[in-house]
This record gives sequence, structure tokens and C-alpha cells, in this order.
Amino acid sequence: MADSGVIDGPGRKDEIERAKSEGKDLTKEEKQRLRKEKKQQKKIKEKKDDKASQENEKEKKPVTSAAPASQPPTQPTVQKAPSAVPATAPVSVPASEASVPADKPTKTKAELKAERRARQEAERASKQTKKGETGQQAATSKPKAPPSDLQPVVKRLPEHIQVDNPDVLKKLAKKLERQQTPEHYAAKKIPLRSDYGYKVSLFSHLHQYSRKAPLTQQLSIPSTVIHPAIVRLGLQYSHGIVAGSNARSVALLHAFKQVIRDYTTPQNEELSRDLVNKLKPYISFLNQCRPLSASMGNAIKYIKKEISNIPSNCKEDEAKNKLLNCIESYINEKIILAGVAIAKCAIEKQKISDGDVILVYGCSSLVNHILCKAFEKNRKFRVIVVDSRPRLEGKEALRRLVQKGISCTYVLISAVSYILPEVSKVFLGAHALLANGYVMSRVGTSQIALVAKAFNVPVLVCCETYKFCDRVQTDSFVSNELDDPDDLIVTRKGTTPLEGWENESSLGLLNLVYDVTPPDFVDLVITELGMIPCTSVPVVLRVKNVDQ
Amino acid sequence: MELQAVLMAAGGGSRMTDLTYNTPKAMLPVGNKPLMWYPLNLLEKVGFEEVIVITTKEVQKAMSTDLKIKDVKMKLDVVSIQEDGDMGTADALRHIQPKIKTDILVLSCDLITDVALHEVVDLFRAHNATMAMLMSKAHEFTETVPGQKGKKKTAEQRDFVGVDKSGKRLLFMANEADLEDGLSIRKSIMRKHPRMLIKTGLVDAHLYCLKKAVVDFLTENKSISSIRGELVPYLVRKQFSKTVNSQKLKDDTDDQTQEKNDGPANHELLISSRDEPLLQLAQERSCWNDHRGDMSEAYHGGKLRCYVHIMDQGLCCRVNTLAAYIEVNRLAPKLFEEPSVHPSADISERCQMGSDSIIGAVCHIADKTSIKRSTIGNFTTVKEKVKVTNSIIMHGVTIEEGCNIQGSVICSNAVIGRGADLKYCLVGNGQHIEPEVPGIIILNTGNLDLCLHVL
Repeated sequence: MADSGVIDGPGRKDEIERAKSEGKDLTKEEKQRLRKEKKQQKKIKEKKDDKASQENEKEKKPVTSAAPASQPPTQPTVQKAPSAVPATAPVSVPASEASVPADKPTKTKAELKAERRARQEAERASKQTKKGETGQQAATSKPKAPPSDLQPVVKRLPEHIQVDNPDVLKKLAKKLERQQTPEHYAAKKIPLRSDYGYKVSLFSHLHQYSRKAPLTQQLSIPSTVIHPAIVRLGLQYSHGIVAGSNARSVALLHAFKQVIRDYTTPQNEELSRDLVNKLKPYISFLNQCRPLSASMGNAIKYIKKEISNIPSNCKEDEAKNKLLNCIESYINEKIILAGVAIAKCAIEKQKISDGDVILVYGCSSLVNHILCKAFEKNRKFRVIVVDSRPRLEGKEALRRLVQKGISCTYVLISAVSYILPEVSKVFLGAHALLANGYVMSRVGTSQIALVAKAFNVPVLVCCETYKFCDRVQTDSFVSNELDDPDDLIVTRKGTTPLEGWENESSLGLLNLVYDVTPPDFVDLVITELGMIPCTSVPVVLRVKNVDQ
Repeated sequence: MELQAVLMAAGGGSRMTDLTYNTPKAMLPVGNKPLMWYPLNLLEKVGFEEVIVITTKEVQKAMSTDLKIKDVKMKLDVVSIQEDGDMGTADALRHIQPKIKTDILVLSCDLITDVALHEVVDLFRAHNATMAMLMSKAHEFTETVPGQKGKKKTAEQRDFVGVDKSGKRLLFMANEADLEDGLSIRKSIMRKHPRMLIKTGLVDAHLYCLKKAVVDFLTENKSISSIRGELVPYLVRKQFSKTVNSQKLKDDTDDQTQEKNDGPANHELLISSRDEPLLQLAQERSCWNDHRGDMSEAYHGGKLRCYVHIMDQGLCCRVNTLAAYIEVNRLAPKLFEEPSVHPSADISERCQMGSDSIIGAVCHIADKTSIKRSTIGNFTTVKEKVKVTNSIIMHGVTIEEGCNIQGSVICSNAVIGRGADLKYCLVGNGQHIEPEVPGIIILNTGNLDLCLHVL
């Protein structure tokens, strides 16, 4: 449905133009479509204006003044803005937005046409009552739209997928500078991690860091700018010691608990506002150590909401205790109990029956938990663990299952079509579930789902609801994570064939981390709310938003 | 606060008594800066703001007058201890235990290095280690050392260091002196880490990151007196001790008759974190393991972990022997981009000075002198026709005309008489060398009068 919207768009535009010029009355449908297109073109025009005025403003940008100070708060909200979009926002917009910057250099004629049309629409729109605010200033983006507000959000690409745009990088550097706490003005800012190695052109818009150049190189050793617990966490993320969606969220919340414990409200400040500002540089730091996962993003949103909901007459100790309890209950409800509920659901509804041969991929903590619980309940099944380089996480999954006593087989992903005729079910874990029903998971998952579909083997995805994310993605290129390319290099018997790969100009190493699986390949999603089809994710999100 | 720095500057320099007879080791000039300035500079560059310095009263006095130490912008909290020399490094830590509020970074004053300190501290942070230390590949000393017959050193005690195959985890540490019948490794260690690399050519830089719990453990366990000699091997051994088991510890605290010896051990093994269950949960859910091939979880379930960072490039030197002192005088100035000639030195034009020589403040160098590959301290006077090659001349020395000094070390306030020819000599503090006397070493004033002929 989303695709058809984009394809029909230009066609319909011409039709409507004709209709308008002929002065005919537009039907309700056509009026709706017209409104949609107007919004799209307005955004295109704004984007162009913004980019142009940004160039100018860079020269005369003041360093410390109120106006740019509003930028950093809006900048992170820009990243959150795409996730704050209510589910009813037109789905085709992000797709077209993503294509517009790419198409820009080539289609100048289309740009002119769009400009002319946009001008016409702007004139017509000025007669109508304007609902959405569309500031023409450089950096004003839509602040977080409250859920009840159905106004369209000015969609901007988050900066973590615009790495090849030097302006965005400059903005990021400035933002990090300004995110330091006021006491630490003297050259103690959050460092900017530089990219490493040649990036494959399809993914040049993403960051690629090297593990051998940690961010702590640029920090002072008894770290004062960033809380030591956060530095430790960042290191553990970048070394891969804490890996996996659930583990990362739990570790993040644990670190936040320590931050809250050590926090004291400065004079003349309110805890609810100051603590949120304190957390911002920490989040930027963690983002640079390793890009935040969807589950972490949701956890951070929850905490920020809880902090800002603290009444101003609340005493500091009371407030801190309240926050610590909130965090505890979040972890308990959303992670631990959700896992228990999912396992119960899967076992009781006979999703794991005697004689089953279950295929799992990589190491998902939730899937392992389900299988162990099923084994405890004396279900007779065996497991096939599929693994892939360079992470080889399947070995860890294999260890945990065999330790319990489950009989397992271990294959590499290249043998999947060989082993699938034996398999009765495929259980996959998810890193995030996107709003259009796509499943974002470890790279290789979509392959397995595809092959399983070809063999008519049911694919079940297990995912807690806190990993549901408002983002929409139909391919694995737009937003992904690039891991250290040196992980792909193998040294056997002292020789490393890829040793000098950086010196080869035509050689690029790509170490992707995630990929997206379309909902057609997924038969069922098991969540703590029950078993739902993949396409029901936006419903769950809407229900969650209404609840909050 | 994350880390507190502790600088141990009370050492006596027992292996270079000739040099340290009058000057305490911490204030020996290296490249015209006091020895303890180098670790302080390292800490300052990295971003420390406060350092606890443990030293003797003598050194404390000398520190207050030294210009370079005054230049240090960090806050120095000087704690002075008795000069008997009976107090080991661990005893000193026990002494300052009330000041320690968090994890510590212990340095020795005789360490000169340009290591990227974050490498050691990152190991400490990322793996939640109990101890992280720095070691370096040893380099042969190439300079001839005055006062030694030939190049043979006394049989040095080698250190055997066992690391796992990643080269970061410390599995085994023992000194040759402690191994009488041979090196024996427990089977439990081999089962957990089937591949172990044992290295002998490493120099311990005496830079340790220790958890606060270790300092608390030291206060309970008064038998440990040296960090290097006793504490570190103890911690390394304790990693694989059978009582390292959180469940068992809970029983131990109830049952007091059992494991009285391990009572103090409980302290360090209980990594004090109020959210232990959350960390456990995160570790359980994480799909990471530090080893592959056996059935145990990450770190084999051990709570006590020791890590080492072995640097193979760059300078890392401990100045505790005469050879090291001479070597370091060559290398240390290259670490800094400072002009080799102090602006207040008065050097005549007809002096031939090599580019790798260093001249200190308020020096007088007369005509027709040749100074090559040498360090000349502050307030020295060098008269005409003097040739100084490959030597270290400390502060306040007077060298009369026509001397030829080669490969020697001349301590402070000495006077070298006219026409003296010194080759590979060590002149003690405040000595007078009579004119026209071939290479004789006079070591110190007082009753002892050792003469050694060296060429």
C-alpha cells in the first residue's frame, strides 16, 4: 500500500492540476490527495530553503546565544521526531523524503517544476487556515508533537544517517560542544569520534568506527565530564561486551540509576529540567560509542518522560527514589516479566510441541529463554543453531542450550537450505519491530526467513513490546549500523590475506549489523500481549500511546 | 570521582646507592628535571587534578623548593612517612587508607613513560577488573655503565608472566626467586585457559589500577607489605581460587568458623555494587563470552580479574639502576619539545655543542669546549678546553680547564680539577677530583673510600 502511494503520486498530481486549471469541482478524494501533495511539496521547498539558509547562517552563527541554544534541544528531538510521528501520518512521506535528497542533484527540471507548484500551493494555502507551523528559519524543526495532535511533522532525516553530508557533521560537532555542562567550559567537551576506513558507497551515509580508536582516548582519565558509569558502559558497548538488545537496555538503565544516585540538583535549578539536560551529553557519548538501539531509545524516552513528570515541589531524595523505582519497575515489567509471559504463551499455545525441530539464528536472549523454559516443561524437541561470521554469536547460543541439556545441531548460514527440510519451525529474535510490520534483526535473519518461506516452514518472531518502534523502513540501507571492518579479517597460520586492505583503493570492507525482514515472511509475532500478526504493530503502538 | 592517583615517592633507590647517597631518588635530575616530575607530568597530561604523593620528609622539603615541581598544576597532597625504609608500598597504601574514596591508580616515582594511559584504564573499566597493570618489553641497555667491570650484570631475577591468548588477561605471575623447583601451573587454570603465553622479557612498570575493595582488603590483611612483590601475585593467584563463588560467599558470611583465612578475601571478592542483580541480568542477557570452547559463562564466572597491558612501542623505563638512569637521560628529553639549551645559560660562541646535549639553567660554558651527547645540570661551570662526551653532569658542578670527561656521571656540587681525565667514572656528591689524576672513582665522603679502576 505504501508503495502504491508513491507511484500514484506524480500521476495524480497532473490529473489534479488539470482539474484545477479547468475549474472543475474537486471531489472529496481529490481534495484529500491534493492536501497531501501540498504538504509534501511544502516540505521539499522548505528543505531546500533550509539548506540554503543554513549555508549562509554558518558564517554568522553566534557561539553562545539563546537562539542556537534552542537548537540542541531541537536537534535531539529531530532524531526523536521521526519516532514521535503518529501512526496516521502518511506513510509515503518518509519514502519520498528519503528519495528526494538522493534525486536532487540529477533532477533539476523536476525541482523547478516542484518549486513552481509549491509556490502556487503556498499561495492557495495562505488562504486556507494553516494548521501546521512551518518555520522558515534554519534549524527550527517540529518539536515533539503530542500524541493527540494529528498535525503533520516536518520530517527531517536524522543526522546519524547523513554522515556523508559535511554540513551535518559540522552541526553534530557544534552540538557536542554545546552539550557540555556549564561548569566544564574550558575545552572539556564530549569528543567527536572520527570515522575509520573506506566506506562502501551504498553505506557512506553511516558511521563506521574502529574498535582500536576508542572514544576514551579523547577523554580525561578520571572522567569528569561524563559520569564514570556511562564511560564504562560506552566502553562495554564498543568492545561488544554488552551486546544484544535486552542486555544493552538493562545495562543502560543500570548506569542511569547510578547517575541518578550521584546527581545533586544545582542551585536555582529544577530537578525535572536539569536532570534531563544532564542526560543529553551522556546519550550523545553512548551514541558515538555504539549507535543506540530501538529498545534503548524507548527506555530513554520513558525515563525522560518520568523525569519531566516529577512535580516541582518534590524533594530531591524523594524524587530520586521515585525515579529509581520507576526504572526498576520498567525493567521488571517490560523485560523480565515480558520474557516470562512470552515463554508461557509460546509453550502453552503449543508453539513448541513434542518432536519439533526448531531452528534459531544467532544468540537471542529471549529465544534462548523460551527454549530453556520449554525444555524444563519436558517438551521433547531439538534445536538447530544457525550461525554467521564475523560475530559467531551462535556459538554462545549453542553453549547455553547444550548446558541445559537440549540436543543441538550447529550449522553456518550457508547450509541453511540444506538443513531446512528437517526443520518444523523457525524462531527468530528481533532487535526492533518497525511500524510497517518489518522486523529489524541481526543481518542474516531476512535470509533465513526467505528460505524458510520457500520451504513453507513457519517463522515465528519473539519480541517484547518495548522494542516496538515508530520508525518505518523498507530496506536495510537507509538506516543500519556499520561495525568495525577489521573484524572481517581472518589470520590463519600467521598469514592475513586482507592485511593491507586500506591501501587498496578499490577494496571496501563492509560489516553490516542489522537487516530488515518484510512481514510477508513472518507468520507470527509472539509478544507479551499475545500472538499478533506482523502488521498489527502499529495498532499496538497506537494503543500504547493512548495509554500514556 | 572515578580514580584517585597515588604516587609512591618514598623509595630509597637501593640499587643505585652511589647516586642516591645525598639526593633522594625522587629528586634525581633526569634531563634537568627531577625524576618525580615525569610521572606527575604523565598524570597531568591525561587530566588528573589531584595526586596523593607518599614520600619522605627530605623529599617533601626538596619538592617545595624545586621550580619544576611548582610548575605542576595539579593539587599535590603530600603524605610523609618515616624514612626507615621498612615501609613497603602496600604498607604505605594502608597508611593512607582513610583518604581513599574510590578506585586508585598507583604509580612509582621512577617511572618514565609515554604510554597512552587510557589503554590500561580502559581494561580496568571495560572488564570491571580488580587490577589492571602496565608492562613493557625490556630493552637492552647499550651504554657502558661506570663502575662496572665489563658488561655482565649480576644474575637478575627474571619475572615469569603468563597471559592468555588475547594477551590481556593476566594468568600467572611469579619471580624466579620464588620458583625453586620449577614453574608449576594449576590444572584448573589450564582447564580454563588452555593457551597461555609465558613471557620473561617484560619490565613491570609499577603502574597499577586497583579497586577500592583491594585497599580495604589491605587494611584487614596486614601481612602484605609490597604491592609488586606480594599483592599482585596474590591477586593473580586468587583469580582461580576455588572459593571464588558468590553463592558460597553468602554461606561464608553466616558461617564464621569456616574459611577464616578467606574472611579478608571476601572483601575484595564482593565487588561492591548496589545493583549486582541488574549487572548479573545484563551479563546473562548479553551474547558475549571472553572465551570459546567450554561450557562456562563469561570470565568463567570469576569475579576477580586481573588484566595487563603490554606495550611494545614507545618509552617505558623504570629508573632504579644506574644503567637505567644513564639510558633514560638519553631518551627522556626526546619526549618533550623543549629547547635543549636553557635560555638563562651563558654559552660562549666558540663552544661546540651537539644537538643532543642539554644545558641547564644559569650555566657558564667557556670557550673551546666540546659538549656532545651530554646533560649538564643547572648552575654548572665549565671552563675552557673541556671535552664532555656521553656524560651526565648534575647541578652545581665545576669543571676546570682542560678536563676530558667521557661516559661518566658526576653528581651534584662536585669539582673536577684541572686536566683531569675521567673515563666511565662515577663521581660522588661534593667530591673534588685532583688535577691530573687518571680515572679514579671516589664514591662518597666519610670513612669509606672505594677506589675502582675502570676503563
